[in-house]
Amino acid sequence: MFGGIDPALLISALMVASVPIILAAIGELIVERAGVLNLGVEGMMIMGAVCGFIVSVQSGSAVMGFVGGAIGGAAMAFIFGVLTQFLLANQVASGLALTLFGLGLSSLMGQSFVGIRPPATGAVPFGPLADIPFFGRVLFSHDWVVYASIASVAAAWWVLKATRTGLILRAVGESHDAAHALGYKVRRIRMLAILFGGAMAGLGGAYISMVRVPQWTDGITSGAGWIALAIVVFAAWRPWRALVGAYLFGGISVLQLNLQAAGARIPVEYLSMSPYLITILVLVIMSSGKGKAALNAPASLGQNFHASR
Amino acid sequence: MLRLEKRPSPSRFWQGATPVLAVVLTMIAGGLMFAALGKNPFEAIRTIFWDPLFHPQFADYSRPQLLVKAGPLILIAIGLSLGFRAGIWNIGAEGQYIMGALFGAGVGLAFYPADLWFIFPLMVIAGAFGGWIWAMIPAILRTKFNTNEILVSLLMVYIAQNFLSSMSLGLLRNPEGGGFPGSRNLSQYPAASNPELIAGTGMHWGVIAAFMAVIAAYILLQRHILGFHIKLAGQAPRAARYAGVNPTGLVLLCMGISGALAGLAGLFEVSGPAGQISIDFNVGYGFTAIIVAFLGRLNPIGILLAGLLMALTYIGGELAQFMLGLPAAAIQAFQGMLLFFLLAVDLLSNYRIRPALKKEAI
Amino acid sequence: MNRRTLLATAALGLGLAFGGAASAQGMDKVKACFVYVGPIGDLGWTYQHHQGALELVETYGDKVEIAYQENVPEGADSERVLTQMALSGCNIIFTTSFGYMDPTNTVAAKFPDIKFEHATGYKRDHANVSTYNARFYEGRAIQGHIAGKMTKTNKIGYIGSFPIPEVVMGINSYYLHAKKVNPDVELSVVWAFTWFDPAKEADSAKALIDQGVDVIASHTDSTAPLAEAAKTNGAVIGFGQASDMADYKPSPRVSSIIDNWAPYYVKRVGALLDGTYEQVDSWAGIPEGEVEIGEITDAIPAELKAEAEAMRDAIAAGTYHPFTGPINKQDGTAWLAEGAVAPDGDLLGMNFYVEGISGDIPK
Repeated sequence: MFGGIDPALLISALMVASVPIILAAIGELIVERAGVLNLGVEGMMIMGAVCGFIVSVQSGSAVMGFVGGAIGGAAMAFIFGVLTQFLLANQVASGLALTLFGLGLSSLMGQSFVGIRPPATGAVPFGPLADIPFFGRVLFSHDWVVYASIASVAAAWWVLKATRTGLILRAVGESHDAAHALGYKVRRIRMLAILFGGAMAGLGGAYISMVRVPQWTDGITSGAGWIALAIVVFAAWRPWRALVGAYLFGGISVLQLNLQAAGARIPVEYLSMSPYLITILVLVIMSSGKGKAALNAPASLGQNFHASR
Repeated sequence: MLRLEKRPSPSRFWQGATPVLAVVLTMIAGGLMFAALGKNPFEAIRTIFWDPLFHPQFADYSRPQLLVKAGPLILIAIGLSLGFRAGIWNIGAEGQYIMGALFGAGVGLAFYPADLWFIFPLMVIAGAFGGWIWAMIPAILRTKFNTNEILVSLLMVYIAQNFLSSMSLGLLRNPEGGGFPGSRNLSQYPAASNPELIAGTGMHWGVIAAFMAVIAAYILLQRHILGFHIKLAGQAPRAARYAGVNPTGLVLLCMGISGALAGLAGLFEVSGPAGQISIDFNVGYGFTAIIVAFLGRLNPIGILLAGLLMALTYIGGELAQFMLGLPAAAIQAFQGMLLFFLLAVDLLSNYRIRPALKKEAI
Repeated sequence: MNRRTLLATAALGLGLAFGGAASAQGMDKVKACFVYVGPIGDLGWTYQHHQGALELVETYGDKVEIAYQENVPEGADSERVLTQMALSGCNIIFTTSFGYMDPTNTVAAKFPDIKFEHATGYKRDHANVSTYNARFYEGRAIQGHIAGKMTKTNKIGYIGSFPIPEVVMGINSYYLHAKKVNPDVELSVVWAFTWFDPAKEADSAKALIDQGVDVIASHTDSTAPLAEAAKTNGAVIGFGQASDMADYKPSPRVSSIIDNWAPYYVKRVGALLDGTYEQVDSWAGIPEGEVEIGEITDAIPAELKAEAEAMRDAIAAGTYHPFTGPINKQDGTAWLAEGAVAPDGDLLGMNFYVEGISGDIPK
């Protein structure tokens, strides 16, 4: 207990608050590991948010909504993929354009869905487990997407570390020329990674519009995509660190609001700066310490690949 | 099946033709979107691209406004382009823009209501300093601790935004404003204001600074050894090191220049068109400038043109909204399309499209 | 001074000579233009202004033409948008956000024949600029009363946007009326430092709920706090803000404050049509229908509902003012004496909490 704040409630709140960022960050992490820098996460998230919302309202099913969100995000990613992989456009600019386009298009699509409530996404029924003190609240009181987000971290870690797919992905990200020389289809692999990233961002966006908030309004993601991008770099392109980063960020954001609600006498404007300040601080400590070598980005990150032969 | 063949050097013809082609393609795709929204596509396209320049009712006013809108975009984009060329990724120009405005306006307001000639020049220095110091944080963290500058510069934007709201609610709040947030209006304080220099032209010091930055960057990149180092560091980092380029110095320099220029843009904006510090003072110039920098292919002249084109779509888009009742979102999507097409057709200037002789493994 | 303004001034003088009733001739057709800070689909602040604009067409048919622009950033961009609107032939321009205050006055100086109406500001530097606002604190009083009676934990919450007088006024009104019916009540305020950020608003509501708060009022624009309250299965209630948010009826949304700008817009454009238009500084509330109390649902006891409705009616009739003394400031110094009513000037610049609220207003 510190400052009248119940840690169990705080942890369970931060787990929920971090879900959209984790999902989008894991997607982007895979994309970047394949050597592609897609700064359009915000645009893909908001398209996921609007598509997920529309599908869930029309079909009456939350699960279908998440599928729709993933497809919406992937469709946006497809545009990015065509631009950068086939038309060899600059990745940074394409990503930013994607965000601009996504914000506009989502608002057009969502016009007739303002003010509607989506179908509920239920908590996973753990029965008596949920009544265990502390752990029940922290571990067994969430909806299925929260668990799915953690599972996606584990899956990304396993795929990157222990599978052939992961090896190929990393090879493409480290040196596309070498990978090409070995006979890997660089463009196709990157395209698939981009689509996966888009789908994950779309899921994250759908979680915001269907569970976190839940409603559709213009600009509902309000910057979550940018945070996800920051978390990927923060995590040094490692899945578990992305989870830690997202929880740290989400935790501080939730904590500062809780401190306010509990009446702590700390100036609010510094509290609301704190998530960013602390993230920078941790980043500096990490990058200057032992993990220094690990901070290196995928070598081909942001560079376009064109097979000259 | 088609295949791409890299040109030995970018095609001059296509470099000029691709922007035109992109605009035409955007008009077709955007026209389809406007038609789908039930608006006359020809009217909409004309309103966006033609009316700000030639409409009898608006053009006299809108044409100079192009400069006002493009000025900060160009100024920031020029600074960013130097870093981008050297592979130094400052994407936090928005934060540097805010801090430049805060420092500059803070200095100006500290003198209120004195009427001294040196106040405005001092504000300009303070504005550049504010942006510079904000960019130095990620730059020093990168050079001292190898901390990624993309992330830190981005996070610094959020911190700057918090400073901005804190300042407009606290220290810089107009004491005669009845408790409302926001500073005094600098345009009503002549010693600290940045007015239109020649009435009806839109020219203010920020626009002049933008033009000067374009020229300076052009000379730097074409004629100066430093420009050569910047280009070399981006294209061949290892060769750059052999050529005696000091990577630490280059990071500090590029981040410093881009920060100072973004800070200047903020200062000129707060003392001129915007007039005051308020909670929502920043409107995304720092992020849009990244797009402008790339649309201009990181080339000073290109950035100048790209900035003007972006400004045109903003102003034309505003006209289209209230003249034709197009939703703001449609304009945003339209701008997105324009960027997509500009980026996509750029391919033609760097590559030849040839029919593939045999099936290629791609 | 050119000939045109000279004539206008002469006409104004003439109007005053005839008792100041009419400052201009009536008009056959009015083009009314609106500048919005957000999208019309925000279901909050901008949405409500747009509903008011649509009501104009409903009321006056083809005698009124409306035009609007969404998502206009405050500052330099708004000045350009305003000028372009003026050039396009708008007769009256409503600027619907505080940040448009200086641009509105600047542009108004250049177009003396066009009427400008600025929402929530205080500057009327020129004869063609009027200001209008709504007394939202009247609605907060009713919410406070309901909150004080309904809370079981004696902890009530308020999600603030920015620490500006309008919000502080709402917090004070809410707290005073809760305290009046429940002396043990404690108020937690969370500052979100945003007008619109659904995720952050949801987090803020969650933080309050985790602190044991069971009635939440919000001064931000999205339905996120209500959605968060809905997850507690009826343990926590809240209120609709800006728009009715009827989707969350009957609980957690037990009532709402609706910004209803339509009466004001209809009145002002009507005055322009029939030639009775004059510069005003309007601050209307429940009596004029500008602040509406959305349906009080059956989720609260009938007796309490009747009390809340009685308070609403008393405010509407002008017999009750939510800030009636004795009221002390947070530091214990006297603000209003017994029976005294708060002067508008004190309210408009309110930068202090009333006695009993803990915590500081961020500076």
